[in-house]
Amino acid sequence: MHGVITIAATEIRIGLRNRWIILSSLILLAFALILVLLGSAPGGEVKTDAVTVVVASLSTLSVYLVPLIALLLAFDAIAGEIDRGTLQLVLASPVSRGAVLVGKFLGHVAVLAIAVSFGYGIAGLVAFFASGGGDAVALIGVGRLIASSIILGATFIAIGYIASASVRQTGTAAALAIAIWLFAVVLFDLALLGGLLASQDGVFARVVFPWLLVFNPADAFRLYNMSAIDAVVVGSNLGGAGSALPLSGLATMLSPVAWTAITLGLSTFILKRVRP
Amino acid sequence: MTEIVKALNVRMKFKAVEALTDVSLGVAPGEQVALLGHNGAGKTTLFRLILGFIKPTAGSISIAGFTPGSDAARRVVSYLPEQVAFPKMLTGREVVRFYARLKGAAPGDVQAVLDKVELVEAADRRVDTYSKGMRQRLGLAQALVGNPRLLLLDEPTSGLDPLSRQHFYELIADVSRRGCSVLLSSHGLSELEARTDRVAILRKGRLVADGPLAELQHQADLPIRIRVRAASGAVDTVHAEIGGGRINCASVELYCARRDKMRILSKISGLGAQVEDVDVASPTLDEVYRYFSNNGIEQTRRGDIQCTA
Repeated sequence: MHGVITIAATEIRIGLRNRWIILSSLILLAFALILVLLGSAPGGEVKTDAVTVVVASLSTLSVYLVPLIALLLAFDAIAGEIDRGTLQLVLASPVSRGAVLVGKFLGHVAVLAIAVSFGYGIAGLVAFFASGGGDAVALIGVGRLIASSIILGATFIAIGYIASASVRQTGTAAALAIAIWLFAVVLFDLALLGGLLASQDGVFARVVFPWLLVFNPADAFRLYNMSAIDAVVVGSNLGGAGSALPLSGLATMLSPVAWTAITLGLSTFILKRVRP
Repeated sequence: MTEIVKALNVRMKFKAVEALTDVSLGVAPGEQVALLGHNGAGKTTLFRLILGFIKPTAGSISIAGFTPGSDAARRVVSYLPEQVAFPKMLTGREVVRFYARLKGAAPGDVQAVLDKVELVEAADRRVDTYSKGMRQRLGLAQALVGNPRLLLLDEPTSGLDPLSRQHFYELIADVSRRGCSVLLSSHGLSELEARTDRVAILRKGRLVADGPLAELQHQADLPIRIRVRAASGAVDTVHAEIGGGRINCASVELYCARRDKMRILSKISGLGAQVEDVDVASPTLDEVYRYFSNNGIEQTRRGDIQCTA
């Protein structure tokens, strides 16, 4: 336990020191503010549910940005430390490999949590006050977005560790991380869309599609946030396709949580077999 | 007293290569042992076995009686890899504190080891401002924290200037005086400056020498070089008398075995005024090392110039 806290605290310290946290916060904030400004433009006037609209746009942004930031944090965790010789030192000390990984995980999740809270928190407040106060309930939506983004980030951090522990070179781990990102948030959805178009009889749309949608942690995240928002206001996309989803509401977040648990276990297993 | 490191008939085979063959090596408490060998001779492999990162194909290793890699064994050993790059953004003190916590060392230890390696003044500066020597001392500080019983140093002085190197060995000597065993690897004997109690030499995964330096020198029995500068015009007489080879028109050089040295020197002194100067050179540490690590190739070459006295 001592080792876990020490490693987590050091990761946070490094994240602060090398400006990782500030940089990713600013990127999230910049994108979020653009969406806030664009979101209020088309209507001409700012409605009371402006914050809700912003939350909807931000959750789509999150699907792309948060996994990317998470993977960039994670790919270096094992391969990079082997490259630099510091993993050998950590493993030579009486700390279990499981504790090393959990410590890094907690540290990286904290780094991501700070960045997401800061970036989305400020954007949410800007939208709130720009719309002239209004319904404070909408702010709960911002909180929900932040919390679910952190869970989504945690999932991709754990997935990134598998990439980092499986290869010996940092460069290979980085390439692998980008490939995972591309597949999970871009190609997967495109493939699903293609499947929907190709399946004429509708079996795919009714039976397979909903499960595949929930299976992908990024899509599950989007479903959760969309279902949480009043679908009438925002207008729904994938989730409202008329197909019965296997999971609904908060339960959709079980997908990223399960992914996190499984991939964290798997990367610990791989790390135990690493011979530095 | 139990040995800190006890390796018995260790064999380590990777897929295609046999990195270690039948290596037996012991390190007693407080002893300083230098492990020498070319790149790829198996030094780092032996270290990784001692750390428990890899398991031997055959044979056994124990660390103070424990299995390598077990928690108990890891409490005994401290390691400094050949190349380590600490996080640039952290200060020296933060780096040492990190490893101190992982090893469960007392918080006061951090200041003590920083003091020992003379990094107190730089302790609160970031690591990326450190010189190579300072980084290496920081690596040593990290290894010293938590009072290990065995220091495992992989080529700790490669790339250091002679002054830093000397300083580094003084630190290690100080540590071993307090009862900590040291097993360090190095490229050559001359790097060590004859500072370790014992020298073990690996050649292609086999232990070809293991003993105190003086003993190895004796064992190698390398020829001694005698160079005689003759008085003007007398070089031919001197050459005819003691043999060897003429290296220029004033000097004669010859090699002889240790046991023949006195006989030849007395012969030279018998030449009286015909000899202007005599220079006797014992084999250098590098030559002794080369003898063992190249399986006496050096000696064969030397054997061409026979002592004909």
